Amino acid sequence: MFRRHLGWVAAVAVACLAACGSGGPATSAGGGGAKEVTVFAAASLTGTFTELGKAFEAAHPGTTVRFNFGSSATLAQQIVQGAPADVFAAASPATMKTVTDASLASAPVTFARNTLQIAVPAGNPARVDELKDLADPRVKVALCAEQVPCGAAAAKALAAAGLKITPVTLEQDVKATLTKVQLGEADAALVYKTDVIAAAGKVEGIDFPEAGQAVNDYPIAALAKAPAGGAAKEFVDLVLSQQGRGVLTKAGFEAAPR
Amino acid sequence: MSAAPDRRLAGRPPWVLVVPALLGLAFLVLPLAGLLIRAPWPTLPARLAEPQVLEALRLSLVTATIATAVCLVLGVPLAWMLARVDLPGRRLVRALVTVPLVLPPVVGGVALLLVLGRRGLIGQWLESAFGVTLPFTTAGVVVAEAFVAMPFLVISVEGALRAADRRYEEAAATLGASRWTVFRRVTLPLVAPGVMAGAVLCWARALGEFGATITFAGNFPGTTRTMPLAVYLALETEPEAAIVLSLVLLAVSVIILAGLRDRWVTSP
Amino acid sequence: MTLDARLIVNRPAFTLDIALEVAPGEVVALLGPNGAGKTTALRALAGLTALSGGHIALDGRPLHTRPADQRPVGMVFQDYLLFPHLSALDNVAFGPRCRGASRSEARRTAAALLERVGLAAHATAKPRRLSGGQAQRVALARALAVEPRLLLLDEPLAALDAHTRLEIRSGLRRHLADFDGATVLVTHDPLDAMVLADRLIVVENGAIVQQGAPAEVARRPRTDYVARLVGLNLYRGLGDGARIKVGELAFSTIEQLDGPAFVAFSPAAVALYRTRPDGSPRNLWQAVIDGIERHGDNVRVHLDGPVAAFVDITPAALADLDLTPGQRIWASVKATETHAYPA
Repeated sequence: MFRRHLGWVAAVAVACLAACGSGGPATSAGGGGAKEVTVFAAASLTGTFTELGKAFEAAHPGTTVRFNFGSSATLAQQIVQGAPADVFAAASPATMKTVTDASLASAPVTFARNTLQIAVPAGNPARVDELKDLADPRVKVALCAEQVPCGAAAAKALAAAGLKITPVTLEQDVKATLTKVQLGEADAALVYKTDVIAAAGKVEGIDFPEAGQAVNDYPIAALAKAPAGGAAKEFVDLVLSQQGRGVLTKAGFEAAPR
Repeated sequence: MSAAPDRRLAGRPPWVLVVPALLGLAFLVLPLAGLLIRAPWPTLPARLAEPQVLEALRLSLVTATIATAVCLVLGVPLAWMLARVDLPGRRLVRALVTVPLVLPPVVGGVALLLVLGRRGLIGQWLESAFGVTLPFTTAGVVVAEAFVAMPFLVISVEGALRAADRRYEEAAATLGASRWTVFRRVTLPLVAPGVMAGAVLCWARALGEFGATITFAGNFPGTTRTMPLAVYLALETEPEAAIVLSLVLLAVSVIILAGLRDRWVTSP
Repeated sequence: MTLDARLIVNRPAFTLDIALEVAPGEVVALLGPNGAGKTTALRALAGLTALSGGHIALDGRPLHTRPADQRPVGMVFQDYLLFPHLSALDNVAFGPRCRGASRSEARRTAAALLERVGLAAHATAKPRRLSGGQAQRVALARALAVEPRLLLLDEPLAALDAHTRLEIRSGLRRHLADFDGATVLVTHDPLDAMVLADRLIVVENGAIVQQGAPAEVARRPRTDYVARLVGLNLYRGLGDGARIKVGELAFSTIEQLDGPAFVAFSPAAVALYRTRPDGSPRNLWQAVIDGIERHGDNVRVHLDGPVAAFVDITPAALADLDLTPGQRIWASVKATETHAYPA
C-alpha cells in the first residue's frame, strides 16, 4: 500500500516538475539546433513586432522569436523581477529607465516615435474637429491614465494647448481607451496614431498641432543577461535596420531621428 | 442531531490527504505572505491617508454591497426557478447562468457594452427613453459587478434549495400556504445559510471585480475607480502603492467576512 | 358519509387503486407492508400526489380538483416536519395564518391547541429542543389548528421509542376521539392500528386485501401478511364438512364449511413430539425443523413439511424435546384450537 502511494506521488511530482520545466524559459535550449529569442515589447508594438519576428525567423533558420506584449510598465516590472527576456522594447524612456537603473540593460536606442491623434468613432457623431472641442462638456472623452505613457503624452499635449478637460474615464492602456471610442461609448479619445491606423474603418483619426509637444519615444535594448546572447543584439539590429523602419513607418510610427 | 465522532476512533489523518492539503494551503497563503513581506511598512500610514485610497475603498464597498443586493433580488428567484420549476431546457438555462463564471471578465464587459452601452441593444433605448447611460457611471460599476458575481449566488442558493428537504414545503402546503407563502415563510428561512454563503461569495467576487468594470464602466476616480482598478493603475508606476492598496482591500474584506461569518454563516 | 374516495395512482411498475369511505368521527387505519401504497394514498388525499384516476369527495364536495393548499385537510407527517426555524407556537399558528387569521388570532388558536396537547409550557421552544413525543404532539396540534374536515396521519408513532410510544398512543387516541371529522392514518404496526382505529383497511401491492373492525381482522386474517401481523398460522384450503383440505393434510375443525376456506390457529396451540404420539390425535403431521429463535419469553420453532408453520413452546419444552434444526418431528393441533372461515 505504502509503496503504491509513494509511486503515485512520485509520478505526480515528476509530472509537475516536467510541466514547470516546460513552462519556464526554453531559451537555454542553446547547445545546438533550436534557439529562441524572447522579446518583451509594449502592447502598441504588437502588429509591427510580430511582422519583424517573422522576418527574423526567416533570416535565421532554426531560431524562433517569442513575444510578451503588454503594458511597458508591467513588462519592466517583470524584467526587474527576473523574467527571462532577451530584448525589451518600451513605449517610453521612463519605463526603460526602470530596467537600466537595475543595471539589466545599457545604452537603449530610440527606434521609433509615436504621436497622438484624436480618435473619434466612424462618422464622428460629436463633430470633433480640433483639440479644444474636447473641452465641450457634452463630448465624452476617454483618456489614458497619466500613469501610463499615452496618458502622460495626452496630459502634455493638453497642457501645451492650455486646455482643461474632464474625461469620463482614465483608461489603463491605449487599446482600452480606443475600444471605448470604437464601441461609441466615448465620443473622442487621445490615442497614438498607430492605434488609429490599426483600427482603420472603425475609428477616424484627427491630427492636431499640439501633438508635436508630446511625441513619445520608443527605446529598445538587448538585455545584459539575455539568455539568447548574440541573437538578442541581432534582433535589435533588425528593428533599427531599414527593413525595420519600413515596417514601423507603415504602421504610423515616425522614424527616430538618426 | 449527529454526535461528534470520537477522535480516538477516527485515527490519524492519512498523509496522502495531509500532504496535498498542506501544499494547497501554502499555495494559497504564500502569495499573501509575499504581499505582507514586501509591503512598504514605514510609508504605510501616509499612503493610507491619501484621499484617493479612501475614495476608492469607499466606492468599492458601496458598489459591491449594492451589487450583492441586486444579485439577491434577482438571483434568489432565479435559483428558485432552477431548483423548483420544471422549465423546458432547464439544463441549458443553468449552463447559461454560469456563463459569466467562464467568460473572461473583460469579454463580459464588452458584452455588457454591446447590450447596455450607448449604442447597445437596450442601452440605446435607455438613453432615448430615460436619458440613462450606464457606462462611465457608478451604476455601471454595479451592473458590471452584479453580472460577474451573480452566478456565485445563484449556484450557491440553487444548491441549498436542492439540498433542502422539500417535504417541509409540502407540510406548509397542507397547512394552506400558497407557493409564495411557502417560499417566503418556509423555503427561504430553511435555505438562509445557503443564501448568506452565496451572498458572501457574491460580495467578495464583486469587491475584487476588475475586468468587466474597467471595460464597461471605465476608470475615473470617485465614480468608477474601485480598489482593484486603483491597484492595477498603481502597478504601472508605483508597485509599492499597489501592494498597499491590495493589503487594504484584503484587510477590509477579511474583517467584514469574518464578522459576517460569526453572525450569519454558522448554523441557524 | 364524510369522505368518499377512489384513489388511482399509476406509477411505473406500481398501481394504487383503492376505494375509501370514512364516516364523520371515524378513524380508519391503512395497514400494510412497506411499499404497499399506504403513504401514496395519504399523499393523494392531501393533494401532494396527483391522482391518475378516481375521485375524492369530502362532505359531498369534490376535493381532487383543488390544490393541496386549498383542501380542508390536516396532515401529520411521519417525522413531523415541524419547521425548524419557528417556535412550537408559531408552527401551530402557521396554518391559521395561511388561512387568513390575524397574527394575534392565530397565536390564540395555537396557544389553546398547545394547551390541549399539554405543551403550553413549551410554546416558545424550537423544534430541535423538543423530545420526539412532544414534537409528535406539536405536529398533531399544527394539523388540527387548520380545523380540518379530514385528518391524515402518516405513521404517527413510528419515530418514537417504545416507552414514549405507549404514552403518546393513548394520548393520540383521546385526541382522535375528540375529533369530529374523518381520520385516515397509515401504519405498518398492527398494535397502533388496533388501538387507534375503528376500522382497518389492509393494503398490499396497491390494493385492499381485507378490511373490517380490528378484532374481526385479528381473528380472521385473510392474507399471509395479516396472519403474520396478528401472529396466527393461516392456510387456505377446501372445506369438506368438518374438514379442510390443505395440500395433502386435512385439518379437522369445529366449523362446518364447504368450498374455499381458511383455517387459522395460534402457534401456541401446536404440540410437538419426538416420536409419533400414541392414540391417533387428529391434525397430526410430520415436519422438519427449519429454524429456532427466541420469541418474547418463549421459543418459536419454524416447521417445514406438508405445511409451513410457526410453533411457540416454552424454553423448558425445548430442553425436554432436545430440538435441533433439520430434525424430523411430529406436530399436532387440536380441532378446538383451530378457527375456520370461508375464503
